[in-house]
Amino acid sequence: MTEKISEDQVKHVAELAKLKIADDQLPYFTTQLDQIIGLFETLSEVDTEGVEPTSSVTDQINVMRDDIAENWNQRQALLDNAPDTADGYIRVPTIIDESGDNE
Amino acid sequence: MNYFDQSLSSIHKQLVNKEISAKDLTQQTLDNIKAVDGDINAFITVDDEGALKTAADVDAKGIDADNVLSGMPIAIKDNMVTKGLKTTAASKILENFKPIYDATAVDKLNKLGTITVGKTNMDEFAMGGSTENSAFKITHNPWDTTKVPGGSSGGSAAAVASGEVIAALGSDTGGSIRQPASFNGVVGMKPTYGRVSRWGLIAFGSSLDQIGPITRNVADNATIMNAIAGHDKHDLTSSTKEVPDFTSTLNKGVKGLKIGIPTEFMAQGLDDDIKQTVLDTAETFKKLGATVEEVSLPHTKYGVAAYYIISSSEASSNLQRFDGIRYGRRAKDIKDLEDLYVKSRSEGFGDEVKRRIMLGTFSLSAGFYDAYFKKAAQVRTLMINDFTNVFKDYDLILAPTAPTPAYGIGEDVSDPMTMYMNDVLTLPVNLAGLPGMSIPAGFSKGLPVGVQLIGRPYDELTVYQAGNAFEQETDFAKQTPKMGGNN
Repeated sequence: MTEKISEDQVKHVAELAKLKIADDQLPYFTTQLDQIIGLFETLSEVDTEGVEPTSSVTDQINVMRDDIAENWNQRQALLDNAPDTADGYIRVPTIIDESGDNE
Repeated sequence: MNYFDQSLSSIHKQLVNKEISAKDLTQQTLDNIKAVDGDINAFITVDDEGALKTAADVDAKGIDADNVLSGMPIAIKDNMVTKGLKTTAASKILENFKPIYDATAVDKLNKLGTITVGKTNMDEFAMGGSTENSAFKITHNPWDTTKVPGGSSGGSAAAVASGEVIAALGSDTGGSIRQPASFNGVVGMKPTYGRVSRWGLIAFGSSLDQIGPITRNVADNATIMNAIAGHDKHDLTSSTKEVPDFTSTLNKGVKGLKIGIPTEFMAQGLDDDIKQTVLDTAETFKKLGATVEEVSLPHTKYGVAAYYIISSSEASSNLQRFDGIRYGRRAKDIKDLEDLYVKSRSEGFGDEVKRRIMLGTFSLSAGFYDAYFKKAAQVRTLMINDFTNVFKDYDLILAPTAPTPAYGIGEDVSDPMTMYMNDVLTLPVNLAGLPGMSIPAGFSKGLPVGVQLIGRPYDELTVYQAGNAFEQETDFAKQTPKMGGNN
């Protein structure tokens, strides 16, 4: 069977999705994804020449509304859900790595 | 309260006649849960305090005699946000999340005076068909506790089937209301896409997701649909079409209705008992005056591939929001922001969710988009056309809900391909955005078996009408599990 997706590709896709797959789990995920992508490829049997893709089945088209901010007055409830806060703000770690250690 | 002998209207009568207060009813419901849920595990969160307080408020205001849902305790699947009540989507990444608003469907029920007793277990982010993908617990099928309750709304279906509550809300992206309804011998409706607002439903596949009711009978189901349906300015895909009274045609019967059974749904991999149940159901409908004939939905076999590409792609996009910053679980020992994202997500998501995110990311990525995502979206169009063609000549489609009855806990979970193939009969309905309802229609070795009734877009009325006609003629919906198995 030809390989649909390699371990390197799985690593790359995981990176794009901001996931880390541990090295010992890589073969497990690769085998499974490979099988599923093999299933996806059965779609190539279908003649879709000139067929419009469907992205939604809603009956609503281009619904417009005014762009008005609403204040829900729930600042504290929102902050209570944040894992780390300080002075009424959500705290995050260093965004720019200043250590010079470009791992 | 023994919910096995009740319906919404019979309980409502007792509330109106003051034979029972909303508070006592709620306490009895909580007692049901306490007595049974140790074996079933249908609930992630039971809100004793909140439910009793809401019930006391309803009692203080008085039961509304014109509103069947006034003072009615119900359960909500844990992927619908509930203000101040923990909502996890059965994921570690949301294990402590307390929403600041109510999902529209929940809000509509609240305004009618329902009492949310708790949040039900599910597959993490609704990804799965057995509720085994929950990060917190395994739910057991009340008919045989060694079996799965189906999924992803397995907690809601098991809570209703075990008599813990009279009704629950579920959500259905590829069968997640109908398949557990089938496995648990209850009624589950996935409405037309756009019929019920998705605002506050934690998004999985946004072009497929719908909220719907799970109940013990068809009339109760239609009653809850009346409450939750309708346009919502917060969900711009919700339809502005007028909402009919879904109970208005329940007793019209099926005389003269044309019902089609798709040949492709009856073909491969179908358990013999399931096949026989569909054929028996067809006979009942014929006896009641409907015409039943075979029809063809030729692209059915491509549904699983198209569905898993589309739903995973939408999921990979929707689940980007879980990054450990504003809410949800944040990983410890973080070096920098990138590290925070990656560690929080990798620790917070289970394997099945990771698989779907990666499948979606792959299907949408440069160089693969045309071959996978676009191709799947085109096949979706062909599947919709198949349904449109059938509905030119037929009022309803009758089909099996799932290829098998409930299977054993642990049997399928290790093999995603088997799990995905089990959705082959339900997901076409989501791809086409149609209403579909599973109703109890038979048994296989002591386990309940459901069949699906699928209607034209926005024609839930005919689905309910036919479902009720069948229910009145048969006694499958009246069967109840002997708790703990040995059915």
